[in-house]
Amino acid sequence: MFGKKRVAIVGAGLTLFRRNLKETGKELAYEAAKMALDASGLELRDIQTVVMGTAPDAFDGVHMKGEYLADGAGARGKPYVRVFVGGGTGVFTPLAGWWHVASGQFDTCLVVCEEKMSSCFPHPAYAFTTIFDNILARPLGTTLIWIFALEMHRYMHKHNLKKEQIARVAVKNKKNALDHPCAQLGANITVEDVLNSEVLCWPVQRLDISPTSDGAAALVLASEDVAKKITDNPVWIDGVGWCIDSTLWTNRDLYYPDYVEYAARMAYRMAGIKNPPKEIDLAEPYDPFDYKELHHMEGLLLCRKGEAPKLTEEGVTQRDGDLPICPSGGLLGVGNPIAAAGLMKVCEVFWQLRGEAGKRQVPGDPRTGLAQAWGDLMQYGSVIILRR
Amino acid sequence: MSEKIKSYPGFRIRTADFREGKVPYVAYRPKVRYAWSAGIAMSRFLEELKNGRIIATYCNSCGRIMVPPRVFCEECFKPADGWKHVKDTGTINTYSVSFIAGDASRIKEPIIVAVIDIDGASPGMGILHKIGEIDWKEVKFGMKVKAVWKPPEERVGSITDIKYFKPVKEETL
Repeated sequence: MFGKKRVAIVGAGLTLFRRNLKETGKELAYEAAKMALDASGLELRDIQTVVMGTAPDAFDGVHMKGEYLADGAGARGKPYVRVFVGGGTGVFTPLAGWWHVASGQFDTCLVVCEEKMSSCFPHPAYAFTTIFDNILARPLGTTLIWIFALEMHRYMHKHNLKKEQIARVAVKNKKNALDHPCAQLGANITVEDVLNSEVLCWPVQRLDISPTSDGAAALVLASEDVAKKITDNPVWIDGVGWCIDSTLWTNRDLYYPDYVEYAARMAYRMAGIKNPPKEIDLAEPYDPFDYKELHHMEGLLLCRKGEAPKLTEEGVTQRDGDLPICPSGGLLGVGNPIAAAGLMKVCEVFWQLRGEAGKRQVPGDPRTGLAQAWGDLMQYGSVIILRR
Repeated sequence: MSEKIKSYPGFRIRTADFREGKVPYVAYRPKVRYAWSAGIAMSRFLEELKNGRIIATYCNSCGRIMVPPRVFCEECFKPADGWKHVKDTGTINTYSVSFIAGDASRIKEPIIVAVIDIDGASPGMGILHKIGEIDWKEVKFGMKVKAVWKPPEERVGSITDIKYFKPVKEETL
């Protein structure tokens, strides 16, 4: 037993993901939170605590973003905290919600993630340049994609991979997203389309990347006794893990995310999972770039190092394959409002395990699913394992 | 409940509508600037760059010679044991060819960026810098490179005192 109480997810909510939504961040947070509450059958007065996840303040140009969003998250007059671990935030936020309830301190927790990237001009990538080391890196004229390109290229070099093998992920996820009602970039594209798209920072091309997006997502968590009273089909949070590596990323071999493996091992230990590829029925690893899905499958021990491209090629990771990966359509297809995108993945696993994913439903009556997010200077991993 | 929900909230607007003033909005440009003290380790590193040299720190517990230098070893969590000059040559660990600038605007002449593992430091101790004097199609993993310094009078104590690293033949090192 980890924690004093077992924790369930009893409701989920999600807004559309779009390049530019008219709603403010606060309004988006409200919409997602309200939907999750309605789905759970609870009302705000039943919620004892609220955990908010949202990424850099620089996107919005709003300082104290956690405080700014509090009303939208239903937090007024309640114990409330905003958590932030870069791109890892969307999966870390329900982990923080988990410990609020698992500690025995609260019986119900509303988890809300929001991101609005469209407010930043000329492009949110410009706000991202502040991620780089201020003394050593920024004077070189850095742009965000450099770190992904350097990591992707190292990964390709180490395993002798071709771009076509990686492009298959973009093709799969954008196709999966055609069945997602909130998706921004669902499409039928080909490997050739990816290979012929504009080169931004070789080997990263336009169609290797997820879009910038606005959106929000929410979950309602409940302790076991409350969950069993309000629903017949709770989905349990049976594993949690998180880990950080050094910001000195030029001192690490970027071909493999050790920190993701450490986070995954923590979560598997808690869930009693010995053989992840056999025991995980579907997974939503973080896919802001196509190679990241492969990189993370390996870090999550869902296959051996360098084996993920082969599994993708063989169709194992398709929705009807042996190990469906990103059945939602992922960040590449549904969109990437940073914190909300990570929580969208947890929503997807929740819906899949309840058999409510509609056209996206993976076959075989899945019982165990995993979601993972990743962030900062290629250094943060957050992992959650759900069971029905 | 995905399949039970019939419509999802969110009202899409076109970015062009912002630019053309067709939707109400408020614009703001923050007027702040930053100046950072480079700190204990980095100040020494930058001063040495001005002298045309790269300096590391080392830790006697784990035996690592660390670039960029730091005053404490993050693995052993103890003070570094001293300073040590390393070479201004190294090996390309990974690289990218950038066709975009910091604000994601397109540039004509691509920038080659690389992580360069520095000779004389422990294996895998790299720094981020640019590669020059080579066509981007010719760059290779494992290529030996050497720093091209600005003339002494133009150096200011910045990472840009090194203009870029250029490929060199192994035997010339």
